[in-house]
Amino acid sequence: MVELVVYVWDSLPLVLQLGLKIGAIILPLLAAVAYYTLAERKVIAYMHVRIGPNRVGPRGLLQPIADAVKLMFKEMIIPTNADRYLFVIAPVLALAPALGAWAVIPFTDTLVLADIDASLLYVLALTSMGVYGVVIAGWASNSKYAFLGAMRSAAQIVAYEIAMGFALVGVLMAAGSLNLREIVLAQSGGIHQWYFLPLFPLFIVYLISGVAETNRSPFDVAEGESEIVAGFHVDYSGMGFAVFFLAEYANMILISALTVIMFLGGWQAPLPFAPFTWIPAIGWFFIKLAGVAFLFLWFRATFPRYRYDQIMRLGWKVFIPVTLVWIVVIGVARFFTPVGYWFA
Amino acid sequence: MTEIRNYTMNFGPQHPAAHGVLRLVMEMDGEVVERIDPHIGLLHRATEKLAESKPYNHSIGYMDRLDYVSMMCNEHAYVLAIEKLLGVTPPLRAQYIRVMFSEITRIRNHLLWIAAHGLDIGAMAVFLYAFREREDLCDVYEATSGARLHAAYFRPGGVYRDLPEQMPQYSPSRVHSEKDVRAKNMNREGSVLDFIQSFVDRFPSCVDEYENLLTDNRIWKQRTVDIGVVSPERALQLGFTGPMLRGSGIEWDLRRKQPYEVYPELRFDIPVGVTGDCYDRYLVRVEEMRQSNEIIRQCVSWLQANPGPVMLDDHKLTPPARTEMKDDMESLIHHFKLFTEGYSTPPGQVYQAVEAPKGEFGIYIVSDGANKPYRLKIRAPGFAHLASLDEMARGHMLADVVAIIGTQDIVFGEIDR
Repeated sequence: MVELVVYVWDSLPLVLQLGLKIGAIILPLLAAVAYYTLAERKVIAYMHVRIGPNRVGPRGLLQPIADAVKLMFKEMIIPTNADRYLFVIAPVLALAPALGAWAVIPFTDTLVLADIDASLLYVLALTSMGVYGVVIAGWASNSKYAFLGAMRSAAQIVAYEIAMGFALVGVLMAAGSLNLREIVLAQSGGIHQWYFLPLFPLFIVYLISGVAETNRSPFDVAEGESEIVAGFHVDYSGMGFAVFFLAEYANMILISALTVIMFLGGWQAPLPFAPFTWIPAIGWFFIKLAGVAFLFLWFRATFPRYRYDQIMRLGWKVFIPVTLVWIVVIGVARFFTPVGYWFA
Repeated sequence: MTEIRNYTMNFGPQHPAAHGVLRLVMEMDGEVVERIDPHIGLLHRATEKLAESKPYNHSIGYMDRLDYVSMMCNEHAYVLAIEKLLGVTPPLRAQYIRVMFSEITRIRNHLLWIAAHGLDIGAMAVFLYAFREREDLCDVYEATSGARLHAAYFRPGGVYRDLPEQMPQYSPSRVHSEKDVRAKNMNREGSVLDFIQSFVDRFPSCVDEYENLLTDNRIWKQRTVDIGVVSPERALQLGFTGPMLRGSGIEWDLRRKQPYEVYPELRFDIPVGVTGDCYDRYLVRVEEMRQSNEIIRQCVSWLQANPGPVMLDDHKLTPPARTEMKDDMESLIHHFKLFTEGYSTPPGQVYQAVEAPKGEFGIYIVSDGANKPYRLKIRAPGFAHLASLDEMARGHMLADVVAIIGTQDIVFGEIDR
């Protein structure tokens, strides 16, 4: 039986094989995005002493599906003065990198679509692409509110992309590899080997930059609900809006996955022996991912929103210096102190 | 080289932070606000003119709808003005009830303010926490006056009925199980006063919750400290009143400076700010909630100990009991006269202000001796505050404008009236 499946699989053309593999990542991902929105609404609701969606399906479980259906059947209004081509392409530009980056995410030691050498660079390149969707959307809408949102987003991404990049330089130095799988393998041996301990400041900077990168509260100035209404996507409706929504949540899940891989030991169990190893590797990956993703929701439920210039100050004057200093600390600690093995 | 120009941005009237129908035309240099031009009048309902064509009592309901988040305080100013014109004083119990409801209204207003202000700055949790307590106060309103918002409870000569002996209770339904409902009804077993007492005992810890979320929150402080600073001198020149003036450090509270009703008998403090920024005004309002809570506590204990009439016995001014009407000719005539043509006031003019949650809310009545005012002028505190928006927000960023609108606690019912 198994031989038959392997035989059929091998006889498929390569394109079809890849297509199936991609589908096996993207479809669960989109389902996860849909239910992440429900999780967000429920979690925030309970934090706010209310109930959250509970009408569609048992305990509101069909709510994301109802939302999707509603948005699909809504008209996508294109404003008269908008640049039609850019207006339509912008949501796609926002979503595509968020999905594309999953190609190199190692779910377990062997389960990875494309195990390329410089996968960290690939991820960095794609995550910074996402902002083009936001900037183009703001520009193409030809509205002052959307334009302000786009400008804020562009400035913010520049600041936080650098902090994030520097934080990852630390990981790179410690792991000695640009390959995500090898970064995880470098953290094997138990929870004390995970990089969030030796690289703690970088972990914090990365996590907060990740929140900023995905335009989430308290850094959601690009949307700035109470200031510029919905910011860059104020003129979007129907599927255009839905795709931006998908992109935002897909990005949040992506950043959570990257945080897990870089700092929380990826698919590895906290301690490499029995009760911990009972949960399979991929189980650990998703447990950690869910934990980080929960933080995003928690932040949103509790924090007020930063002002635009305060975000800039935090990015340029706090995070970037912190990362630079810690990179030096890593270098010095690794070669000149007895605890150097901890940083490798 | 292209010329760099400021651009004009339209803010509202359909804007989540516009607190109703505020429309601002802003001249912006990037994110920085160069000039703000508030446009008002979108909620104009000609309240002052309407009052000129109606017997005095008919306008009480309009007063609720001026500042529609501090309903009874508006009524309070109006009925006090009429009483001053007529030269009557309501029974002591009515005065205590009015003061208690004025303070309940102040807490309601400040709860809504902290909710909206928090939401404007992005702190969503405070919004729902504040509404949880506001719900209980809505229930008090409803149990006493029959309406959750627009109570129309105060009358010249007292209040229209005494506090009910029962608090309405929840009943179980498909959504709320028997057990949930029993827990919810725990403090609703007794009278309305008992319910208020239980609220008063609980409320300080609720304020602590809001403060936990905001007061020492770094982001909250970054967003409010040194934003919209008004010096004490400027605050006086701009006609600020209420928390806006006290936030700038001037100890001015009509409940103390021009006492009315039973405020002289009650113990409470007047919180003042130091720097006059949004954060100080936030602290002042939070402390006012605690002080109001103490005033309510004192009123509740007085009211529990002192039963009595809540309305003057002068049937030229107040309606007789319906039972009397059935077999008393004079009462029937009084009732008919009162509900058809109302009562006439002596000619003259009168100004009466109360310390409404937003500031000095004043009613100026000119009477020519008829059964309706010759002229009614409403002094709304929000109007002067909104007029200073340009000065307060100039040079700040767009996000600060939202914070400043929030700190001004603007309601358009009273500004546009």
